[in-house]
Amino acid sequence: MLEIKHVSKTFNPNTINEKKALKDITLTLNEGDFVTIIGGNGAGKSTMLNMIAGVYPIDSGTIVLDNENLSLQPEYKRARTIGRVFQDPMMGTAADMEIQENLAFANRRGQKRGLGWGVRKDEKEDLQKALHRLGLNLENRMSDKVGLLSGGQRQALTLLMATLKKPKLLLLDEHTAALDPKTAKAVLELTKEIVEEQHLTALMVTHNMRDAIAIGNRLIMMHEGRIIYDVQGEEKKNLTVEDLLIKFEQASGEEFANDRMMLSK
Amino acid sequence: MDISSLLTAIPGAISQGILWGVMALGVYTTYRILNISDLTVDGSFATGGCVAAVCLVNGLNPFVSLLVALVAGLLAGAITGFLHTRCEIPAILAGILTQLGLYSINLRIMGRSNTPLLKVDTLFSKGKELLNLPSQYVAIIIGVVLIVLLVACMYWFYGTEIGSAIRATGNNERMVESLGVNTKTTKMLGFMIANGLVALSGALVTQSQGYADVKQGTGAIVIGLASIIIGEVVCGKRRNFMVRLSTIVVGSILYRVVVAMVLQMGLSTDDLKLLTAVLVAIALTVPVMLEKRNQNARYKAHIEG
Repeated sequence: MLEIKHVSKTFNPNTINEKKALKDITLTLNEGDFVTIIGGNGAGKSTMLNMIAGVYPIDSGTIVLDNENLSLQPEYKRARTIGRVFQDPMMGTAADMEIQENLAFANRRGQKRGLGWGVRKDEKEDLQKALHRLGLNLENRMSDKVGLLSGGQRQALTLLMATLKKPKLLLLDEHTAALDPKTAKAVLELTKEIVEEQHLTALMVTHNMRDAIAIGNRLIMMHEGRIIYDVQGEEKKNLTVEDLLIKFEQASGEEFANDRMMLSK
Repeated sequence: MDISSLLTAIPGAISQGILWGVMALGVYTTYRILNISDLTVDGSFATGGCVAAVCLVNGLNPFVSLLVALVAGLLAGAITGFLHTRCEIPAILAGILTQLGLYSINLRIMGRSNTPLLKVDTLFSKGKELLNLPSQYVAIIIGVVLIVLLVACMYWFYGTEIGSAIRATGNNERMVESLGVNTKTTKMLGFMIANGLVALSGALVTQSQGYADVKQGTGAIVIGLASIIIGEVVCGKRRNFMVRLSTIVVGSILYRVVVAMVLQMGLSTDDLKLLTAVLVAIALTVPVMLEKRNQNARYKAHIEG
């Protein structure tokens, strides 16, 4: 489904700020894989997602999604088949536009946009149904501006928008990190439901090791731009947080201290 | 102030406000919808006037000459759009570059710095024959018809898929990209539409005043901003889109009325640009000051309460 081969990325090459963000990453995802990604700050988790989405060009290697070579495609072209939810809840929606306008905009992902109505009358009902499943009572506020919603509501809406047109790949970049614990849990539950329902292939970066173990069928640990641990199936199910910490120390030769990850055991 | 001479000046001010209001609608497209300050306006406004004048002098139909001016404006916007989106020059600088270049182009178009339209038919001279009314009223009637058409067109367009994409670009560029739309294209379209409207306005003003001048666009961007801000201050910001578009034209008219008033009070036309600049600076400052004052008041009320 997704094939990443020997992808590297260096920011600010040949300067004092040079940062090798990704070092020779190779990763293959099967259809329906739901992969959680963990790692310390600066491990390259977000950079990897951004590379797949096409936010920055890669220095070397290839990215192939469903037999289509994305390596040199601009972000907006890749976005036709890739859904994304960002860490910042403000990032995925247009605040000054109505809820239904945002949804209708997402509903046209990958289609040619012309001079037809931005929100068609006959699609309103479908959008309303889709909103209903969020359980946030937003279906009665279709004409409200998105800017009136809370961060959690906006993130749930973004998730819905990212999956409204079934994407070939869903990228979740710590999408619950900026939410309060209760809302984060709700959005995470929703994520699980939607991914399962639509049999999506997804990559989810998280700082929470418990979530990383509990969710999805595969787990990847990154460190200094490399994938240092890749586990799936039964073996992943039986993992504990302690196992992960030991794995990290073994693979990196460092202690997992002094890091945000410790807090979220 | 001489009230009766002011009253006679008002219809002229209103007609000017309406015709310049078309330009303000263009400025609104970049400044508010795309959230970009596009300084091409001063150049493209004159381009519209110059192109229309040359068309009229060469015997083209006044209405067709408006359309030619509109197309010239679209092209001018495309140049700024290209410089900004493809060459990645900051929007303000891209606009200044185009504006500067257009000055020479406008001179080339006309072959001189001023083209009088004394013996040619314009939209307004024809309208005057037809309606048999004083020219200010003819200008108001023609202006109102055009504005209603334009506002209806814009209202429709920004409700379409492409229009929504342009609005969303001004709102949240990253979201637009992440949902598969090229923001380079939407911005390009925005620049083109904006300058198309600006040039159309330039052509209308040229036809109504009876000449085109290569300097007629100087300060147009600030007048456009003044119209938008005056409209928002007077009519409020949070309204439906149709009302918001109309308030811009209302703002443009009010601006002209204020100008007519201060001229009646004895201010020299030479000082007008300074007055406009000060007016816009104040209008932009007042909301910031008010917010700060409210914030302080809330804080004090909290302590005392």
